[in-house]
Amino acid sequence: MLNIFCPHCGETRSEEEFHAHGQAHIVRPENPAECSDEEWGDYIFFRDNPRGIHHELWVHSGGCRKFFNATRHTVTYEIYETYKIGEKPSVTEASVAAAKASAQGVTA
Amino acid sequence: MSQVNRLTNGGRIDRSQPLNFSFNGQSYQGFAGDSLAAALLANGVDIVGRSFKYSRPRGIVAAGSEEPNAILQIGSTEEAQIPNVRATQQALYSGLVATSTNGWPSVNTDMMGILGKVGGKMMPPGFYYKTFMYPQNLWLTYEKYIRKAAGLGRAPTEVDPDSYDYLNQHCDVLVVGAGPAGLAAALAAGRSGARVILADEQEEFGGSLLDTRELLDGKPAAEWAAEALAELQGMPEVTLLLRATVNGYHDHNFLTIHQRMTDHIGEVAPMGMVRQRMHRVRAKRVVLATGAHERPLVYANNDVPGNMLAGAVSTYVRRYAVLPGRKLVLSTNNDYAYRVVLDWLDAGQQVVAVADARTNPRGTWVEQARARGVRILTGSAVVEARGSKRVDAARICAIDVAKHKVTSSGEVLDCDLIVSSGGYSPVVHLASHLGGRPTWQADLLAFVPGEGLQKRVCAGAVKGVFALGDTLADGFEAGVMAAAEVGFDAAVGTLPSVEQLNEEATVALFQVPHDKSTARAPKQFVDFQNDVTAAGIELATREGFESVEHVKRYTALGFGTDQGKLGNINGLAIAARSLGISIEQMGTTMFRPNYTPVTFGAVAGRHCGALFEPKRYTAMHAWHVANGAEFEDVGQWKRPWYFPKNGEDLHAAVARECLAVRNAVGILDASTLGKIDIQGPDAREFLNRVYTNAWTKLDVGKARYGLMCKEDGMVFDDGVTACLADNHFLMTTTTGGAARVLDWLELYHQTEWPDLKVYFTSVTDHWATMTLSGPNSRKLLAEVTDIDLDKDAFPFMAWKEGEVGGVPARVFRISFTGELSYEVNVQADYAMGVWQKIIEAGKKHGLTPYGTETMHVLRAEKGFIIVGQDTDGSVTPDDLNMSWCVGRNKPFSWIGLRGMNRQDCVREQRKQLVGLKPVNPQQILPEGAQLVFDPKQAIPMTMVGHVTSSYMSAALGYSFAMAMVKGGLQRIGERVFAPLVDGSVIEAEIVSSVFYDPKGERQNV
Repeated sequence: MLNIFCPHCGETRSEEEFHAHGQAHIVRPENPAECSDEEWGDYIFFRDNPRGIHHELWVHSGGCRKFFNATRHTVTYEIYETYKIGEKPSVTEASVAAAKASAQGVTA
Repeated sequence: MSQVNRLTNGGRIDRSQPLNFSFNGQSYQGFAGDSLAAALLANGVDIVGRSFKYSRPRGIVAAGSEEPNAILQIGSTEEAQIPNVRATQQALYSGLVATSTNGWPSVNTDMMGILGKVGGKMMPPGFYYKTFMYPQNLWLTYEKYIRKAAGLGRAPTEVDPDSYDYLNQHCDVLVVGAGPAGLAAALAAGRSGARVILADEQEEFGGSLLDTRELLDGKPAAEWAAEALAELQGMPEVTLLLRATVNGYHDHNFLTIHQRMTDHIGEVAPMGMVRQRMHRVRAKRVVLATGAHERPLVYANNDVPGNMLAGAVSTYVRRYAVLPGRKLVLSTNNDYAYRVVLDWLDAGQQVVAVADARTNPRGTWVEQARARGVRILTGSAVVEARGSKRVDAARICAIDVAKHKVTSSGEVLDCDLIVSSGGYSPVVHLASHLGGRPTWQADLLAFVPGEGLQKRVCAGAVKGVFALGDTLADGFEAGVMAAAEVGFDAAVGTLPSVEQLNEEATVALFQVPHDKSTARAPKQFVDFQNDVTAAGIELATREGFESVEHVKRYTALGFGTDQGKLGNINGLAIAARSLGISIEQMGTTMFRPNYTPVTFGAVAGRHCGALFEPKRYTAMHAWHVANGAEFEDVGQWKRPWYFPKNGEDLHAAVARECLAVRNAVGILDASTLGKIDIQGPDAREFLNRVYTNAWTKLDVGKARYGLMCKEDGMVFDDGVTACLADNHFLMTTTTGGAARVLDWLELYHQTEWPDLKVYFTSVTDHWATMTLSGPNSRKLLAEVTDIDLDKDAFPFMAWKEGEVGGVPARVFRISFTGELSYEVNVQADYAMGVWQKIIEAGKKHGLTPYGTETMHVLRAEKGFIIVGQDTDGSVTPDDLNMSWCVGRNKPFSWIGLRGMNRQDCVREQRKQLVGLKPVNPQQILPEGAQLVFDPKQAIPMTMVGHVTSSYMSAALGYSFAMAMVKGGLQRIGERVFAPLVDGSVIEAEIVSSVFYDPKGERQNV
């Protein structure tokens, strides 16, 4: 059972208090009428399924009822960070790759 | 029966406390401190069960959780039955009743055994797959008999009288296992002041310290363990959990511990006590000190009772003062096993010989045995056990380990007990539960925990540190490290002194060679519980199963309730040799929770019976109960379904209630409808975006019906929303959808439109709602309210504030029945009084309480949908013929608009909501029935829709239904047919879905 830090409550609580809402940062198209059927289908139905870093939308449903985002590893289930809606993640696939490269002495 | 195998002295048992018990109907006696297995061995019980596939007699092999054979059924009464209890882990109590889980007619004379002997050759791995596969529909028949023959224990058929519970715990350091490493780790962490939980699955703390012959500080190791325990008991931050198996290591250092609180006292917990408890622990750090299991050697007939693990026999002798035989032969590849020889000699018994696979063992214990005159045959192994129901001899041959060959004809030695040791397998289960694969360490001949993502430290034998002194040191270090990592200042302190032993390396021997090929030699068992043999594993590899997971599934290796604790490593080694690859390349199968079986009681905890799920009651519930309501579950709510009078059945009551509403007045408790209070300057704009219809022009004091869609254009909720003030609205939702809708509103507000100033509050429980419906409702309401009910002053789809029954109320003039109707909302804590006043005043108006079934019929007569009954997430407002409720010209592209304009949503021949009128007016179409246009078509018929709602209408005098039919709105007047399961067909006419008062005149009076 995951242990999740709610950025609104400022506390780490058990997964039982939360609900996952899938991939984060899915933005509703500004002008839906201009979307093709395919684009609209992509927006509603198609989601990434990465092995590794995943940014997810969660809600503290049994707590403050606020939504927030979490950066979670889909293999290890490690949660690197949680952050409020509107904020950008600090851990990304790219940042992890860069950190790994720098640890191995490779410079860009 | 006397305890023929009990020593007169020694052991950790209490001879002053004899305990009577029974096994397979026979009475026996043991002592307090015995495990059931120890007591059975003390009484000379050789056979405890029959094997799974070949029905061979089996005896006790081990002394701990790894026991594969002594899996018993416990309980003297039906309600107390527990299946699959390991006798080695069950403390003996007075009156314990145990039986074998398999063996017919009895374990001693087993009919199936003959089948096993005859059928042995005929039952290779994959036998069940190959034999019982066809015809497929007979599998259920086969399965019943296979299960009966296999003996998997049985669940009780009566309700468990005991209670179980959960306890949530938090700690700095959880130490798993209280052997030398675990006790040391707990001491180190505990001394630093950290909050420590120490859990051990046994009846006593101490693990191997309880029966080892080694000394600590010159004293028996058990004394050191007792001192350590006393110190831990004195630490206020340390919790000691006995009989507590840490069964699962879950994400983010969450561990589940199954503690048996009273199973050692009796089969039913004493009054007021919890029988078993599930500790749910969030630990900042975990020390895994789970130890290691001794691995048996695999040789011919190694399953005959009287074949045991070397270390287990030491445990029985030293801890339980039980001799599981008289004349012992040891077959080993390592030094540690020699302690059984010394213990056996100390107990005054005969050691016939030791077969050591190594060519020149010179370790301390080996020399001690040699010095005491034990015959040691080096470069040798027991290749075959002799005997049928009990070992009577062992055949020992010289072997070439590297070439896997027998190199001498050997000799047959009389004995009644063969003990073997093939080394130790660390208990890596918990370390691997989260996917960290164990790694093979060739020098140790063992898999040790691999890289862990969890915040854990391993200590002692689990990581291949086997020598007692090293184990203790490792435990202290692990405790220090774990405590330090969470901010506690810990120190190792002084270690007890241990005699250093000279230790000879172990040789890699798993399966002992036989002079015949594996396939032709007598059976060499690898997994006792599932009857998997070395020959079976070789066959699997020959048949092309190369992955360890495939070999496992094909042979059933490790599939028993013991999860292959004894046999898995041997099985991997045999498969690897057969494939010509290394054990490392072979790898292990996945380890999954639970480590040992957990009872359903412990899993359920208090969440059973009345506490299975929360129940929600309305403020008028007591009145409904007093007035004989039958209830229906809607979500968690208990809603009155109907109010039968004078023994009426559902149909009679609903017909009466329907007519009462149509002809006089009825009252419905509608409190369960979801109510969301919406406030803020942008509330109206928000409604425009989440509802399909327009809200811009809804005046204060008015209410409007709204449909809510998802982005795909499909209807997902509906309800009436009233404008309380220009920036204040009250939304109602379906009873079941209340939480979902609030979540939906919050999702869009918080993630998409945070700029809108609007706030949502659930007020479902704050307001109680009573619906008065029927032509007399105005007259009745007028008697209890000060609100002007004049039809022009208070028109349809308006709401008013005032007093009803003397308390503040909001009254909404809306209708879900098509009749003149008022929904009276009062604060929930006043509601019962108001309800009773209305009931009292309603007597002269023919007021009739009605339930959800009548509500469903009345709304269906009007063609009003119920979201979730008439819709299923694939239905647009157009499909429902509700285009009137879609504001296509609203400026903002509201949720659902783009979705319902997709090509698929605007095509011809979508299923549309229509009414159905059965040709025979007494026939009621079953809800869910599939519809066809041509009933004569051959199967599979072309299905064109289904019935969503169907009732008998008392007001109309005939049956009717609502249905989704392909292109239905263009087919009004045509016929459809519902072919039913019994072969009959109901014919119906497609009609408008509005059956009653199609012009809507009755609600507008």
